[in-house]
Amino acid sequence: MTARPTSLTLGDRLRGGFHLAACAAVFVFLIAPMLVVVPLSFNAEPFFTFTEGMLSLDPDAYSLRWYRNVIQDGEWRHALANSLLIGLAATALATALGVLAALGLTSSSMPCRTLVTGLLISPMVTPIIISAAGMFFFYSSLGLGQTHVSLILAHAVLGTPFVVISVTATLAGFDRNLARAAASLGAGPWVVFRRIQLPLIAPGVISGALFAFAVSFDEVVTVLFLGGLAQRTVPRQMWTGVREQISPEILAVATFLVGFALLLLGAVEWLRRRGGGPAQGNT
Amino acid sequence: MKRHLNTREGLAGRLRAAAGAGLLCASVGLLAGCGSDSLTVVSWGGSYAEACRRAQFDPFAAESGVEVLLESYNGGLAQIRAQVDTGSVHWDVVDLEFADLARGCDEGLFELVDIDQLPPAPDGTPARDDFFEGTVSACGGGGLYYSTVFAYNDESFPGEPPSRIGDFFDLEEFPGRRGMRRSALVNLEMALMADGVPPEEVYATLSGPDGVDRAFRKLDTIKDEVVWWDAGAQPPQMLADREVAMSTAYNGRIFTAQTVDRQPFTIVWDGQVLDYGQFAIVAGTPNLEAAMDFLKFASRVENMAAVGRYIAYSPTRRSAMDLISTHFESGIDMRPHMPNAPENLGRALQSDWQWWTDHAEEMNERFSAWLAR
Amino acid sequence: MARPLRSARLRAAALTLPLAAFVVVTFVAPLALMLVRSVHEPQVADALPRTLAALERWDGGSLPGEPAFRALGTELRELDGRRGLGAVATRVNRIESGMRSRMLATGRALGPGSPESWRDAVLAADPVWGEARAWLALQRAGERFTLRHYLRALDLDRDSSGAVVRISPDQRIYVPLLLRTLLVSLAITAICLVLGYPVAYLIANAPPSRSNLLLLLVLVPFWTSLLVRTTSWIVLLQNQGVVNDILVAVGLVAEDGRLALVYNMFGTLVAMTQILLPFMILPLYAVMNSISPEHMRAASSLGATFRQGFVRVYWPQTMPGVAAGSLLVFILAIGYYITPALVGGRTGQLISNMIAYHMQESLNWGLAAALGVILLACVAVLYAVFDRLVGIERMRLAS
Repeated sequence: MTARPTSLTLGDRLRGGFHLAACAAVFVFLIAPMLVVVPLSFNAEPFFTFTEGMLSLDPDAYSLRWYRNVIQDGEWRHALANSLLIGLAATALATALGVLAALGLTSSSMPCRTLVTGLLISPMVTPIIISAAGMFFFYSSLGLGQTHVSLILAHAVLGTPFVVISVTATLAGFDRNLARAAASLGAGPWVVFRRIQLPLIAPGVISGALFAFAVSFDEVVTVLFLGGLAQRTVPRQMWTGVREQISPEILAVATFLVGFALLLLGAVEWLRRRGGGPAQGNT
Repeated sequence: MKRHLNTREGLAGRLRAAAGAGLLCASVGLLAGCGSDSLTVVSWGGSYAEACRRAQFDPFAAESGVEVLLESYNGGLAQIRAQVDTGSVHWDVVDLEFADLARGCDEGLFELVDIDQLPPAPDGTPARDDFFEGTVSACGGGGLYYSTVFAYNDESFPGEPPSRIGDFFDLEEFPGRRGMRRSALVNLEMALMADGVPPEEVYATLSGPDGVDRAFRKLDTIKDEVVWWDAGAQPPQMLADREVAMSTAYNGRIFTAQTVDRQPFTIVWDGQVLDYGQFAIVAGTPNLEAAMDFLKFASRVENMAAVGRYIAYSPTRRSAMDLISTHFESGIDMRPHMPNAPENLGRALQSDWQWWTDHAEEMNERFSAWLAR
Repeated sequence: MARPLRSARLRAAALTLPLAAFVVVTFVAPLALMLVRSVHEPQVADALPRTLAALERWDGGSLPGEPAFRALGTELRELDGRRGLGAVATRVNRIESGMRSRMLATGRALGPGSPESWRDAVLAADPVWGEARAWLALQRAGERFTLRHYLRALDLDRDSSGAVVRISPDQRIYVPLLLRTLLVSLAITAICLVLGYPVAYLIANAPPSRSNLLLLLVLVPFWTSLLVRTTSWIVLLQNQGVVNDILVAVGLVAEDGRLALVYNMFGTLVAMTQILLPFMILPLYAVMNSISPEHMRAASSLGATFRQGFVRVYWPQTMPGVAAGSLLVFILAIGYYITPALVGGRTGQLISNMIAYHMQESLNWGLAAALGVILLACVAVLYAVFDRLVGIERMRLAS
């Protein structure tokens, strides 16, 4: 609530109390699903609810068996390898293209800025089912259906807007006089970029890259349409599991993914505090 | 409380070797397909795929040195058609329901298979005479009888349990949600049998003027209570979770849940729809030779019967019938659990693939429109 | 134009060019191809050229002449011979239900050689060719460029005279589904706004240390995989799930009366609301964070009640955040596929699930493309309206 040191009426107190309670309920709604999955993934029994042993904190009721199963399962390892391969390749491509474009977009002499920005951002604001359908027609007519290449290109284009936004936001606060000063001292554009601009925008670049990687790592619709057995990613493997048979192993993978999300979030927040990158929530 | 069925237990290492190969492919050649020393076989997932793996895929891999990559699907020709039409064939061998096989063979989706190339019976009888009447397609090899039955969780019916196909559609006597396959196949037939049509008149009725409408009207009576499943692994899971009170299911999956996972399930054989399927080779596969070798391997009498040691599906060759023995783990006699065992054929319907070959497209379209309303 | 300026413009444009080209090739081109696919379907025209040519001067009512029968007979026979008839017949079947099996039967029944009368031979193979509707179906399926997928996607059809009519009520599925999708998206947007506004307000007005912590509670789900969250909701809501267990444990629900909370519209609504809520809270927070608390204090010191101050002073200032959050949630919701597919059951499906169905199961790609284009048009209209009312420039997604 707003800090209001002046005397609070009963009505204010009631309203404040109700507001807090309502917010607490919403926070529970936001967080509860993930909180439930984490302990259940350590369940020694193949159950999806809390056993009595778990509730009484009996150590025997907890086990790492589902994690062991996942680690030993070739399918999951294959999926993880695919996710990393596709994610890293797509991120590299998206970052390289996105940084260049952001440099151009923030230049004061950029022609047709609004139009070009709209074009570059469009993959982010188009419903994914439409993008995936179009890509399916496109890549299968090129004979690239069910290849890693089509998925890397698809994920890269879905990730580029995040890089562009992230780097543009950093560049917006960048003092152009520095670049001009360097140029007037005889530095070429490449030197200016590498020695002056890049170090300054590095946090934005990294956080954009993290966003792009997160997009690819979580993406499943294009994988469903464009990928085959050899392109199974972790979310794709989860999709099959959830559709056909929810096993406790899925919860173990889910817990791993929650941890991974926390890691990415921590990295992006840290970069943001260092003054780079956009704030949270540019999706 | 929710118990996860262990049908995937033991699958942990299922694709270990296969996945290694997949990884290699992924890292070595992104664009190029994998070498011809691997074969992608598409089966139905869960305990059935596991049974086929033990009985056929692993032994084939051991004998031929060809690696078998296992993929799963839930029937239909769509994914195959998409691959053949776009000229990018990634599946080599597919395990098909016979109606789909016949239809796909007509359309050129599968390679033709010369039945005289398939191995003869141990006594020398040629394959042509050893297969049961009508169970061989011009594009097929191997083959199994399976059945769609309905089953229930004993715990859902402490009183009088359902015993006839009509009970599945009787929400008043037997309340609770129902599980059904998200497809027109089988559901239309069961609806008509539940509506009082004798099995031998089901297809005549469906071909008649009001037959299909009548079947849909019967389905309408339980539509709001139905949970639709796609994969054969789902019904046992839904029954175990008591997400549904009863469900249509493949008999073998229920058998495995009963014997291996010790689930309190009961199969109602009344009104079962008996069907069979075969393996086929997707037209245009780059691995034609290995695929043909696999079809021959899977058509061998002993390999056909071997599946019956892991799941309650029975071979489609006469000479293989004598080889049906006991369950590999529990040691129980498999014969009475087979869908075509005489005691299970009381009121049974043999699925008519010809009818479905002609009407599948129309019925699926109508079914999906009905579902969407 | 001054030279340095021009070269600066060129350099800026050159920097954006690689990405622009990449987006055009890998994103815009696929969408354009989808548009083409929704109106272009040459397969039947390519497969039956002689039959269609013979039908060009047909009056549409009487029986076509011998040349048409000869062309049809020979072409069906040839197609059957190279096993290409099924694919063609399937397309004709989409125009006139039942034609698939009729065409296959005709192709199979026609023997080799040239009969004396093709007309008699074809009619003997299948009497359907004595009816004008069969030939009309061929003719319509043979149009290379067609709007019929759009008609179908809008639950319309052409009658025998070619006039556009609505199809019979029991066959209309796409328009109701599209309306359902819009309605559900609207409901989710409204719920997200109601739930998200107070939370964003709380975070924006809390002391910095606490606001950062609270913000994390929003960001953690935001960063967590969509599939993880969807899975969680299944675990929570299913028959033997956590929520039902709790309800039974506290005696609100009997053991045999467990509620159906998932695999229906309720499941879709709950899961999608939770998944999309951060997309509402974050833009709202970004806007609220920049509103000085002095404004409300000033209103209050001028004698306004909290409600008056809120309605007159605070709410109007948050409008850009409300608009941005709502637009974002709404657009994400109408294109959602994964969550409804997993938790929606039969009644919780949205238009995107139908697009996926036609892409992957019925293989009616033309119809899938037409539905996709219609959905895209809806999104474009939304953006245009938003731009008119609020201005895209004012949309703030980040603080």
